[in-house]
Amino acid sequence: MSKLRLATIWLDGCSGCHMSLLDLDEGILALAKQADLVYSPLVDATEFPEGVDVTLVEGAVSSQEDAARLRTVRARSRVVAALGDCAVTGNVPSMRNSIPVARILQRIYIEGADVSPVIPSAGVPPLLPQARPPHEFIKVDVHLPGCPPQPKAILALLDDLLHGRIAKPTEIKFG
Amino acid sequence: MIQKSKAISIRIEGELVPTREGKTILQAAREAGKSIPTLCHMDGLHDVGACRLCIVEIGGGGRLAPACTTPVQEGLSVTINSPRLAAYRRMILELLLAERNHICAVCVANRHCELQSLAAQLGVSSVRFRYRYPAMPVDLSQEKYVMDHNRCILCSRCVRVCAEVEGAHVWDIMGRGIHSRLISEMDQPWAEAASCTRCGKCVQACPTGAMAEKGRAVEEMVKRTDAVALAAARKGDRT
Repeated sequence: MSKLRLATIWLDGCSGCHMSLLDLDEGILALAKQADLVYSPLVDATEFPEGVDVTLVEGAVSSQEDAARLRTVRARSRVVAALGDCAVTGNVPSMRNSIPVARILQRIYIEGADVSPVIPSAGVPPLLPQARPPHEFIKVDVHLPGCPPQPKAILALLDDLLHGRIAKPTEIKFG
Repeated sequence: MIQKSKAISIRIEGELVPTREGKTILQAAREAGKSIPTLCHMDGLHDVGACRLCIVEIGGGGRLAPACTTPVQEGLSVTINSPRLAAYRRMILELLLAERNHICAVCVANRHCELQSLAAQLGVSSVRFRYRYPAMPVDLSQEKYVMDHNRCILCSRCVRVCAEVEGAHVWDIMGRGIHSRLISEMDQPWAEAASCTRCGKCVQACPTGAMAEKGRAVEEMVKRTDAVALAAARKGDRT
């Protein structure tokens, strides 16, 4: 059996979902036998490759760059799974959604600055008006909520996906 | 003298269930050990059918009715679980989750929230509706408690426990449809509500993190719904 091509992507989130993925204990050894991690914040690849079997998405979509990366993920992945509350509900990143972006940046980078008050623009992508979950941008095949999802829930999800099953998680836990 | 109502029987999922006239479908089902999910229902308070989570199918045509406010009738046939009901109940929860800002990860009631646990129980793993992310106020004026409209689902348990058990009737719901909002007295800050006794029954009756004791951090607000039910029962004994 050829190894499954697995990818993960980190959008607007705290990386806690990736930490939970790393927290699979010995499960990660079994996973390594079944799948190659072809793109992830945890590996070196700089460009999202073609022909990915499964991509786990952590985080909400907060910037134009996030949206563009997500569209690439969708185009190049057979299955896309939303991993964690930010990728399911918008969660903490969405707490800014009722406040205009310009006001938030002004408050944080100008009023909140002790030294050199300036709104950063070079090398950072412009924010979208709201942080919204990936399924509002692309088709998401399965959602696993949790902040973060428990390692055993991630393992169960991966086990399903590795065996070609796309099923709603049996244990659901938001927060 | 207590006059006993007439004994009748209904059918739940085809099974004959003995009950009495004057009871609701929800009461009859629960007394027979059959579970129907509820959110706005609270033992000891009168039912209003606000959340619609307890919808059941009645009669041969499968007409939808809330179990909590529909009285039993002799021979009534009730379906409490079906794929159609499960789909509607999930839809109701998704609409509630999309309507305001339910950020479980930073909520005082995380892990102790009835909306959250029902979503898990009924298989809501994502929300198909576009989240509204509305700007909602938080009333911090009161010395002991907080009212956070972000988490309010307008179940009106606070309204009813205050009016029916405490007898103060501080709370009400103002506006219509999507503009409905919980208010204290004449839409004043909670601290200015002269009729409020600071008893906290509303806080304990609230199924979500919309009402909480001040000073509680994330996950720390465990609601004492049993205490509310007890107070309601005592009140019932007195009247």
